[in-house]
Amino acid sequence: MNVDPYILVFSFVMVAGTVCMGFWTAKKSKTASDFFVAGRSVGVGMNASAISGEYLSAASFMGVAGMVMSSGYDALWYPVCYACGYLFLLLFIAGPLRRFGAYTIPDFAEGRFDSPLFRKIAVVFVLFIGFFYTMPQMKGAGTTLAYIFQDVDLRGGWLEFLAPHGAAGEAIKGFPYWAGVLIVGAVITLNVALGGMKGITLVQAFQYWAKMFAIAVPIFVLLAVYGHYGKQLGVNGDSAWDERKASPVMTTNGLNFVRDTNPAILNRKAVPDKAPADSTWLNPFGPLTTKAAKAAKLSPEESKPYSLLYTFSLIIAIVCGTAGLPHILVRFYTNPDGVAAKRTTMWVMILIGVFYVFPPVFGVLGRNLMPDLYTGLAGIKGTDQVVLKLPVLLNEKYAPLGSILSGITCAGAFAAFMSTFSGLLVSMTGALAHDVYGRILRPKSTPEQRMRMFKIGAVLIGGVAVVLGSFVEPLEINFMVGQAFAIAAASYFPLLFMAVWWRRLTMKGAAIGMLAGGVCALAAAALTNFSNLASDKGPMGKVFAGFAPLNDFWAAHPLLRILCEQPAIWAVPLAITLMIVVSKLTAKDIPADIRMKMLVLHAPEKLGLKQEYIQEHQGGH
Amino acid sequence: MPALPGADCPPAELRRSGPGRASVRNAGQPALKDCPGRGLCGNIAAMHNEPTGGSPEKMDIHSEAFLHTLMRRQLKLSIACASTFLITLLGLPLANYFFPEAMAVRVAGFTLTWLILGVLFFPFVWIIAYAFIKRSIALEEAEVKEVAGEKVGK
Repeated sequence: MNVDPYILVFSFVMVAGTVCMGFWTAKKSKTASDFFVAGRSVGVGMNASAISGEYLSAASFMGVAGMVMSSGYDALWYPVCYACGYLFLLLFIAGPLRRFGAYTIPDFAEGRFDSPLFRKIAVVFVLFIGFFYTMPQMKGAGTTLAYIFQDVDLRGGWLEFLAPHGAAGEAIKGFPYWAGVLIVGAVITLNVALGGMKGITLVQAFQYWAKMFAIAVPIFVLLAVYGHYGKQLGVNGDSAWDERKASPVMTTNGLNFVRDTNPAILNRKAVPDKAPADSTWLNPFGPLTTKAAKAAKLSPEESKPYSLLYTFSLIIAIVCGTAGLPHILVRFYTNPDGVAAKRTTMWVMILIGVFYVFPPVFGVLGRNLMPDLYTGLAGIKGTDQVVLKLPVLLNEKYAPLGSILSGITCAGAFAAFMSTFSGLLVSMTGALAHDVYGRILRPKSTPEQRMRMFKIGAVLIGGVAVVLGSFVEPLEINFMVGQAFAIAAASYFPLLFMAVWWRRLTMKGAAIGMLAGGVCALAAAALTNFSNLASDKGPMGKVFAGFAPLNDFWAAHPLLRILCEQPAIWAVPLAITLMIVVSKLTAKDIPADIRMKMLVLHAPEKLGLKQEYIQEHQGGH
Repeated sequence: MPALPGADCPPAELRRSGPGRASVRNAGQPALKDCPGRGLCGNIAAMHNEPTGGSPEKMDIHSEAFLHTLMRRQLKLSIACASTFLITLLGLPLANYFFPEAMAVRVAGFTLTWLILGVLFFPFVWIIAYAFIKRSIALEEAEVKEVAGEKVGK
């Protein structure tokens, strides 16, 4: 078995550590409150680490670096908005949501509108967004394991039935994608079923620091050896470098320019034709945002307004989407109070912000030092592998340091998709056990019965996630993550924002706005992605061949394509407008005690209004 | 730090006197005399710097006026912070669009726009978040103290 031992050991330690911590913390989770909201007793530091650990998924750990490498400046909006979306959460949603004191978002939905029907709608959205977000994590798990074991040959032995198959159906070398999905899915499901929210809080907090270590340490070593961030960026678009490129000196390491003393210049390799040129990569309005305009054959000057529109819509989608992700929102219920929720958000922004400085550096280094990733020949999936593969370069000078650091980044990748999947599983299982079972199917169930249902639900949802994850290998991680953000931005964000700040919002207004926004955003984004898949030369091209004519339509109407590919710029206002209009038309449905509800949402907890509200409800029913 | 009003007293009891919920008075009223500092519903208008006409108004924390003032003050703070953030966030693409040469100026190897977005934007947002939390917590504490009738040093 030809597997890098360092990569194998570090990855195994990460998985084994996760399992051990899960068993250890499981002993501490005893009550239903422990399972659903970690007993509402998680401190600020621990909770901030856990939220950050949960949020930094496979897309953040591997995808951002790959995207910066392939698309340059425009891709920087992703990490920045991923981190800054929390500010909106902090400013408008975190404190009130915690003060309301619900267990889950559907709890909030029912409590705010006195509508069991709305609870059901909210549950459907929690599960819907959750499964969309779960699939890319599963994809990350399957891909990373396939990368680690890419040189394994299962053919000819008793494990031959596990060997992956090529396009012609023949058994080939490597590790099956679905096995990675199954292994990671089983480990996390076990953890969640054993420990619930309280159990995974410690695991996720640990995984944040593991990811931070895994992304930062290799970067510091690489920068120390090959030149700092500014120097690496400086050689892109540097006319002096272009002149030197005309007379390169071939060395054993590739095309090097030995006459310069700057290590960034010294080690930079020529980028292939497939990669974007320095000027378009380095500057705004590059390949990512001009795709639609280029397909329409517009000139660079004509493309710029379209790129600007694309950028604005992307910003809205990520910022609002971050503030509307149910698995993130549910974590705010684990804070002791609203002030702690705000402090937690502040620390989450710092922890995530520090982390997001590093992946773009990987992207820049990858462009200079490992440009063959652009061709897709050096790795399994091209630039997405830069975080895993780049440290290996150090073996040329300081073997086995490169393998050790690559092992660390692989362990970080494991931590990334494991922690996010844990959070999603808790969120979805909570919706199933607490909302569907405890509130809809068996309202009189005891806390113990709900806790048992939580464990059964975790296994059930974990199983479904593994099955779904096994089918999404041909889909891009960004495709699926984008769908989840678009739906969240146009559904949950308007719901929460309006429900917290506009007392005249009615259940019908909220439901219609949320459904219309979410479904329209999903349909629009899916339409462009299906047409993209129709152009694929692989099997997905055949599946989506019916959407191929859409590409001609997009070429003639670049504006419509951008509005469909990035729908947030119109879907979010659409949802809010519908909420306002329908609420005004159904003003008689405003809950009778809306003033008290708003006071509970906004008044400081020390005034005790929430306890009063609870006592009244208990007395009244 | 003085004991917070109502911290060890049932809140509902504190604010219920008479029909409905709109008649709790200032500290010192007979119904509340056993709980020092329980006058949670003091002069809310004065607390929020609203004109009172020179006489203490009898409002309670369940009143429309209290809710309105509470939400207005919180929203004002949130919008001020959000505006600072949004002007910068949405202004950067506009600056890239209208002043491409200026944004492409090199600073320590970075282009100016890369330096702002990829490095400086994070601490900028932390500053906004820190300012918001500090003021927001101070606002809540002031509300609690003022509702209790304590003097608030501003």
